[in-house]
Amino acid sequence: MPSGVARNAQGVRWDHLFIVDVVPEGARVLDLGCGKGILLRMLIDAKRVRGTGIELAEDKVYEAVAKGVTVYHGDFDEGLSYYPDNSFDYVILSQTLQEARETVAVLHEALRVGRYVVASFPNFGHWKSRLQLLLLGRAPVTRSLPYQWYNTPNIHSLTIKDFRKFTREQGISIVRQFYVGKNRPLHFWPNLFANYGVFLLEKLPAPAAGTRPAPEPTVDE
Amino acid sequence: MSDYIHDRQALGISVGQVELQSVTFDSLTLESGRVLEPVTIAYEMYGELDADRTNAILILHALSGDSHAAGYYTGETKPGWWETMIGPGKGFDTDRYCVICSNVIGGCKGSSGPSSINPATGKEYGVGFPFITVGDMVRAQKMLVDHLGIPKLLAVAGGSMGGMQAMEWAVEYPEMVASVVSIASAPRHSPMQIAFNEVGREAIMGDPNWNGGDYYQGDAPDAGLAVARMIGHITYLSDEAMQEKFGRRMREHKPTDQGGQESFEVESYLRYQGEVFTRRFDANTYLYITKALDYYDLSAGRGVLVEVFRELPPDMRFLIIAFSSDWLYPPYQSKEIVHALKGNGLDCTYLEMSSSHGHDAFLLENKDLTRVVWHFLETTGRRREAHHA
Repeated sequence: MPSGVARNAQGVRWDHLFIVDVVPEGARVLDLGCGKGILLRMLIDAKRVRGTGIELAEDKVYEAVAKGVTVYHGDFDEGLSYYPDNSFDYVILSQTLQEARETVAVLHEALRVGRYVVASFPNFGHWKSRLQLLLLGRAPVTRSLPYQWYNTPNIHSLTIKDFRKFTREQGISIVRQFYVGKNRPLHFWPNLFANYGVFLLEKLPAPAAGTRPAPEPTVDE
Repeated sequence: MSDYIHDRQALGISVGQVELQSVTFDSLTLESGRVLEPVTIAYEMYGELDADRTNAILILHALSGDSHAAGYYTGETKPGWWETMIGPGKGFDTDRYCVICSNVIGGCKGSSGPSSINPATGKEYGVGFPFITVGDMVRAQKMLVDHLGIPKLLAVAGGSMGGMQAMEWAVEYPEMVASVVSIASAPRHSPMQIAFNEVGREAIMGDPNWNGGDYYQGDAPDAGLAVARMIGHITYLSDEAMQEKFGRRMREHKPTDQGGQESFEVESYLRYQGEVFTRRFDANTYLYITKALDYYDLSAGRGVLVEVFRELPPDMRFLIIAFSSDWLYPPYQSKEIVHALKGNGLDCTYLEMSSSHGHDAFLLENKDLTRVVWHFLETTGRRREAHHA
């Protein structure tokens, strides 16, 4: 089974294309879990961003440095306390949120040091996952979740619907959303058909005393 | 664990035969206010300086190092101390860059130090040599770089005390530094580091031959200096490295062995290292430089570290590297620098390399280190060109 995010005809991941589209020219960008620096390199080349990444895997750090990308070798789960508020325009959590131990803390730290956060993750609610669990009684192994239960780095399993609910509860607003299906971007019923979801997030302004944030309309499925 | 290659062939092509050069200036005003006059700086250069003088890299040495960082002196078989990293195609690539390394002032390998002749007395300075700081070492290097007509260094780079000098360069002369490479270093010594140095100094000063620092006409305090070096060597290794290197193996008995007993390999190794060191190093220099190390504090008189970097130009780049098994300069010390740089939005790459070799890891052949430094410098050069284009 092919794994990973679907790519366009040029071999570029659709989620990366979305992120490069979203991030404006010259932005300050922090990529949490930047891996070999592929996305940061694209952002530097296409948008001349001032980019820096954090990566835990030593061998990937070397690859990133070889691409001319600035990296901090370490664990973003340990916090970003050395960065003042709003140090960045964009903080990226590309397929790393589901691997963080302290998901809530990481997301709020990202929103503290960055104006916007781009978060993406594999969708556990994909119909194939649902069917495997329902009909075979087995933990799903799919294109976006290619691992067995014993070797998956995904310590959190979430669906697109779960994430929307989570952002509402956390006072985070979804500015834009983007879904990737088997071969291309997807526009309908993402919780059932998307392999991956990509969200552009920002903090909701703190509500005035005695008021509650308006609930976001619940969509589809 | 990183891959270390020890055989000589793997060191790659060398810069080949090199020679010690030196320049003497009328005077140098030290941080203490005292004036050293005259002042001589010994240095070596490898690779060609390009026409616009933008490809120079200044290498800064550690406590026991000197200006002989790479290549071979005529008739010698032992290369410079950073032969693994400096040369054609190496981390500091002499096909691309002009690499300069000078002996620190207070040193004993050609630059003015306690073993130099004091023109006022016609005798060696001894402890009459003025107190030296890491900042003073950098001031002296600045005079050398000006003398060589280099307006801005592509990089200042070093390990351990060399990393301290590199950071000092960035803070004192930011307009002259495009990038900084600091390896296995610290913003200041911890009490543990000071403690080890103090034991070394006590060993030297407790040697009757030390004679208040006035020993140049007679026997030098070799026993004391050797003990100081032995302590140093213990702190440069790690438990794992010593297990690998020595285990509990015994060395064959020799009639010269102490007490007629067999000795452990680690014992004979340390004794050998201590003895060899006394042949090439001056005990007073050891005292002066360890004091400079202990008093060094990047943030002293400049506020908290994050404030120290406030005025640095946004295009200055940093590569800070620590080693996982380095207990003398543990990674947390490097990270303190990194966090303060990041807190100012500066461009800083940090790497905590997994290695079992302790503090010494930066001196050993390591292809990951080579690759990271090479690419970092290449990116620095490219950005600089783009900036000027």
